[in-house]
Amino acid sequence: MTLLHWAVLLPFIAAILIPFLYKYLKRIHTGWFVLVLPLVLFVYFLSFIPKTSSGEVILNNLNWVPSLGINFNVYLDGLSLLFALLITGIGSLVVLYSIYYLSKHKEKLNNFYVYLLMFMGAMLGVVLSDNLIVIYVFWELTSIASSLLISYWYTREKSVYGALKSMYITVFGGLSMLGGFSLLYVIAGTFSIRELIANADLVMASSLFIPAMILVLLGAFTKSAQFPFHIWLPDAMEAPTPVSAYLHSATMVKAGIYLVARLTGVFGGSPEWFWIITIAGLVTLTWGSISAVRQKDLKGILAYSTVSQLGLIMSLLGAGSAAFYFQDGDNALYMTAILAAVFHLINHATFKGSLFMAAGIIDHETGTRDIRKLGGLMTVLPVTATISLIGLASMAGLPPFNGFLSKELFFTGMLNVTEYGIFNLETFGFIIPVIAWIASVFTFLYCILMFSKTFMGKFDISKLKVKHVHEAPVGMLISPVILAALVILFGLFPNLLAYSLIEPAMAAIAPGILSPGEFFDVHISHWHGFSPELWMTFGVVILGILLFMTFKKWENTAFYRGEQDLFNYAYDYGFDGFIKGSQWLTRIQMTGRLRDYFIYMNTFIILIMAYTMYRYSLPAIQSLDLSPIPVYFWLVILVFVCSIVIIPFINNRVALIITTGVSGFIVALLFVLFRAPDLALTQLLIESVSVILFMLVFYHLPKLKKVKTPPKMKAVKLIISVGFGLMITLGSLSVFSMGQEVNFDSISEYYVENSKEEAGGYNIVNVILVDFRGLDTMLEILVVSMAVLTVVSLIRLRFKGSEDI
Amino acid sequence: METLVTILAGVLVTVATYLLLSKSLIRVIIGTAILTHAAHLVIMAVAGLKTGTVPIVGEGDPVDPLPQALILTSIVIGFAVTAISLVLAYRTYQELGTDKLDKLRGNPDE
Repeated sequence: MTLLHWAVLLPFIAAILIPFLYKYLKRIHTGWFVLVLPLVLFVYFLSFIPKTSSGEVILNNLNWVPSLGINFNVYLDGLSLLFALLITGIGSLVVLYSIYYLSKHKEKLNNFYVYLLMFMGAMLGVVLSDNLIVIYVFWELTSIASSLLISYWYTREKSVYGALKSMYITVFGGLSMLGGFSLLYVIAGTFSIRELIANADLVMASSLFIPAMILVLLGAFTKSAQFPFHIWLPDAMEAPTPVSAYLHSATMVKAGIYLVARLTGVFGGSPEWFWIITIAGLVTLTWGSISAVRQKDLKGILAYSTVSQLGLIMSLLGAGSAAFYFQDGDNALYMTAILAAVFHLINHATFKGSLFMAAGIIDHETGTRDIRKLGGLMTVLPVTATISLIGLASMAGLPPFNGFLSKELFFTGMLNVTEYGIFNLETFGFIIPVIAWIASVFTFLYCILMFSKTFMGKFDISKLKVKHVHEAPVGMLISPVILAALVILFGLFPNLLAYSLIEPAMAAIAPGILSPGEFFDVHISHWHGFSPELWMTFGVVILGILLFMTFKKWENTAFYRGEQDLFNYAYDYGFDGFIKGSQWLTRIQMTGRLRDYFIYMNTFIILIMAYTMYRYSLPAIQSLDLSPIPVYFWLVILVFVCSIVIIPFINNRVALIITTGVSGFIVALLFVLFRAPDLALTQLLIESVSVILFMLVFYHLPKLKKVKTPPKMKAVKLIISVGFGLMITLGSLSVFSMGQEVNFDSISEYYVENSKEEAGGYNIVNVILVDFRGLDTMLEILVVSMAVLTVVSLIRLRFKGSEDI
Repeated sequence: METLVTILAGVLVTVATYLLLSKSLIRVIIGTAILTHAAHLVIMAVAGLKTGTVPIVGEGDPVDPLPQALILTSIVIGFAVTAISLVLAYRTYQELGTDKLDKLRGNPDE
């Protein structure tokens, strides 16, 4: 256990303490205690920057289940550190914000902070682990914590719906991912990511490469809300706003991004990886930005905008993965995409966090998040308006904010894609930047829409539930102000991040491309001449404004009014369909009738036995060593078969008992003929007692009625019973013939020889029963005793209040 | 003779299965009893029905005693089970007033 291990486990330990703090220190908001932890961790992780920026990595081993190759190894490089800083940094701000957002009198703060800390620890575990299984464990913990946080207000139906939906989708992806990890283990024999990257050639050459890749990507895409798994994210907006800001914009939804970035070293360089990720990212980007325009809820807009921005980062990672195809240090072209991805990752976390917090403030102060009721808040909430303006401008990609820089880099990356000349890109590669550009127009549009609908126009208090609207308390504004300040800071001085955070992260995403001692060239410039990217940005702004100006015209079209995502219908109907389908399936087979179950069982036995005999060409009855049949035996058989066959046709109770008795006595006679005196005696005795019992019971039972069975049912019964009888006969014959084929000596010779010498008895059967195999007899006695007790208690015990016998 | 006895056992199983598939509880119980006979005959037959004396020392070359011991155990257990099911049927009829398996189906909501 090193300090880094403790850093991952610390939030979990703290989570245990929260309920006590909440219970015994009620006067102080529990959030203040929690706040210390992410702050300390943030400072701790900051101390690693000098190490990682000089290309150093830290690996600390801790055995967990070494026999299965599962070890809690902590691995810290540029990428892990970037995520750890995001998690702890934004975590601190979110905790601070939540202290003012959640009232200590009304809310169950103990639940909230336990879940939040659990999430924070799990997220740190995901980004700091080197072992795939450990990543999976923490991955599912984030899913669970996320669902708990979404359903924080568990009395609201929509919260529970959102939590379940996110749970189903992310756990589905998580399980697929586990399958992918297992396949990777099958290929390379290790769960360690570093060793997998070292063996990337082996993985590439394997026939399991594509299945493993798709399964892992399912995990990453569901978690990062990629198309068409994005539908859980808008419904997760039922969570408290600090949760939305933390989990559903800055950290958890980037776990998938992290995984893709981390495993680029393993899968990157293959055309499948490039195409799947790039296309999924672009489709998500476009779909998310178009859907965001249609939303009327502030958090709904932000949710779809998150989906869209995640798609942007994902497509950049896809485009950047082509770097592995060339495997050289020339980073002018494709590494730009990875640079843009990492840079935008940071930028998105800053501006999206601040925007969510601003939306939370608006909700908190006005009581609604519906943009149709809001308007003209600029003078009422000036600070919030400023924060939103900065965040939205950055999101839309306007200078001088950091979003502008990453959007320019995004365009550069996408334009570079067309110049690759690999993976068939020369033919239709031009579509990629065009789609990216269209999506950016919509991004710009929803940013303007959100701002104008919320802050501009006329302020109308009558639409709101609250009587008086005023600016949020200072404490609530601290976090968004810090984030907005970062947006401006990173916008004006992007190179602050360049070699401290971005370059190490790029080196971690693309391992093995640089020779030791080399560094990627990271220089983010504001102005690089009248490049195509700049013209694209101009185009975005102009077209976006045009669309906004003509907004009145298409405001009432079906496109704008429809809020629901098409895939929500698919999910809802699919979910209902699954439930209805399984109910239907259960209803047709679980009839509750004993007879039907008998039919299933017997049919299966018949089919399995018949198939086995057919498959192994049984019964192989060639020249069996059979005993001769005495003449009188035929007579016995005749009587026996007659007495048996008429049983089903008897409708008189006494006749039925007598016929059954007769067959039992004939069995006793058969035993006599087979030279089994003890059996014959026992059978006679027991048959007599049985007949008496039958008589006794039948006296209390109703008369048998002639049952009219439909002929179809009769035929089914007949086929099954004849088939079953046939199988038993053939099976026993096969057993007999095989016994003769193998021709082992019978064990009985020992009993015959030693019955007198060893046990001192002449009756061999009795000696076997009480001496050689006495245990059977003892337990058989137990069976009989239990039967007696059962019979007695069945008759004597009455719990329903009916009279005793 | 072994072939004949196994065929006989097959006939017993056929009738027993037919009874097990009927609606009346009593017929089901009789079916199980007949199934027991069939099992005994099969055990006898597959062990071989060689001619010999009764399995008592000093009588000469005895038949195989082991299947006889097995069947003896089985007869007693079969009887115990039959007794329980009979009493169960009796109590079922007493409490629920029917011996028709179709009606003994429990709650439709389950």
